Amino acid sequence: MDQRIVIVGASQAGLQTAVTLRQRGHAGQITMIGSEPHTPYQRPPLSKAFLTSMAAPESLALRLPDFYRENRIELIRGETVDRIDTGRSVIMTVSGREFAYERLALTVGAMPRRLDVPGHDVRGVLYLRDIGDALLMRELLPKAADVVVVGGGFIGLEAAAVCAKAGKRVTVVEASSRLLGRTVGSTMSRFFLDAHRKRGVSFRFETGVAEIAQDRGTVAGVRLTDGSLLPAEIVIVGIGAIPRTELAAQAGLGTAAGGILVDRFATTSDAHIVAAGDCAMGPHPMAPERLIRLESVQNATDQAKVAAATLLGGHEPYAGVPWFWSDQGDIKLQIAGITTNSDEFEVSGSFDSEQLTVSHFSGGVLTGVECVNRPSDYMRARRALGEALQGRALAVRQPAALETAPAS
Amino acid sequence: MTKVTFVGTDGSETVLDVPPGTSFMQVAVSAGLAGIVAECGGAAMCATCHVYIDPADSDKLAPISTIENEMLAATASERRANSRLSCQLQGHPDLSSIRVHLPETQV
Repeated sequence: MDQRIVIVGASQAGLQTAVTLRQRGHAGQITMIGSEPHTPYQRPPLSKAFLTSMAAPESLALRLPDFYRENRIELIRGETVDRIDTGRSVIMTVSGREFAYERLALTVGAMPRRLDVPGHDVRGVLYLRDIGDALLMRELLPKAADVVVVGGGFIGLEAAAVCAKAGKRVTVVEASSRLLGRTVGSTMSRFFLDAHRKRGVSFRFETGVAEIAQDRGTVAGVRLTDGSLLPAEIVIVGIGAIPRTELAAQAGLGTAAGGILVDRFATTSDAHIVAAGDCAMGPHPMAPERLIRLESVQNATDQAKVAAATLLGGHEPYAGVPWFWSDQGDIKLQIAGITTNSDEFEVSGSFDSEQLTVSHFSGGVLTGVECVNRPSDYMRARRALGEALQGRALAVRQPAALETAPAS
Repeated sequence: MTKVTFVGTDGSETVLDVPPGTSFMQVAVSAGLAGIVAECGGAAMCATCHVYIDPADSDKLAPISTIENEMLAATASERRANSRLSCQLQGHPDLSSIRVHLPETQV
């Protein structure tokens, strides 16, 4: 119980790993290293109410500074880890510092997919994935008349709702033919299109961005691939996230395009190293036929708890029911389970009432629900899914890549 | 500041100062109070910051919203007439102190 544990990534998953280690009686040193200057903070509010609130950045902090001292969690801020030497069990930062570990946790998260067009780096192009972007948006929003949102995913739609409510003209540009295409079923996609249109948001589907137009170093508009120009003083880009796998790959750990490969105990291909949260890809009892990577608070915390148990020598398979939420103005979407692989669905409620539940089934078995403004439906389903999952966690297969990976 | 006393199931008391406009949950979690989980970080999405308001203080708080009411139906510990989600309770200049009791379990 006194091993020296290093956590790379001062994130929601990183913090949860440290918290669980202490809760379970780990007495040894815990060092958590993050590249941002802040203590670990909540990211979900960055694309929501925080954008128009007066709340101080410190209000997003997951724990007060005292917490780290009282729990003997050494928090190293503003240091980016450059490489892991698994042979010597040492990590090295870009600035040249070295930290020795006996056990290592990678909670490095995912980075926003960047827009790769001329003008992409002009002031006013925002990704809303860190506090800096959210604060810049607060500064720019009062003076802006037009906002273009690139990508009809959660971050884009949440921000679109905030901007529309603040009286801005908002246009969402989506490359595919529907909203939230990777995360919800087609009924919900139609609902959200309808609901955002009612609130004054415009949409351009099946078109891309050719260029960010600028005027003296700041955003002036967005040129679309069809040649049209949308005026904008702010461009919000939410076109997905890419798991940070470089560090793990450089260290020779098993990785895929989809993330750092882990087993059901959050162990990587190196028995001394775990990974959890947005960066990790592994088996889940609710998706036994494939490996999945989840970007959510639930996954960050639940998988981090599993990882912490593993670091202390335990074997507690990951069995948390995935859940997720999105506040889009006054619309609350809650998702429990996995809804993207269903072969059948059932709708209750209505678009007009803005209270809607879509239940998804696979082979007649409930796999997940998507609920709009219906928290009791959501909680009931989440509980039922959790009960159905009991005992199934041990039955999942390991990723093949981990079975063959050499021990390092 | 509102002085909030969190009473654990073992009778232990933790007193925290909650600034106006800040939620009881946020202060409890930031301070590392183990009895409040708050998986969703305060969005009334998870019902894991459940507390029971001390009967003597039951008239001190704003009424329950529809969303909070529905989420309270799904708490892990029994819902009682004095159940609230601490993410929906905020410090207020007119509220000098209040006692809340933690449930057996949040998840």
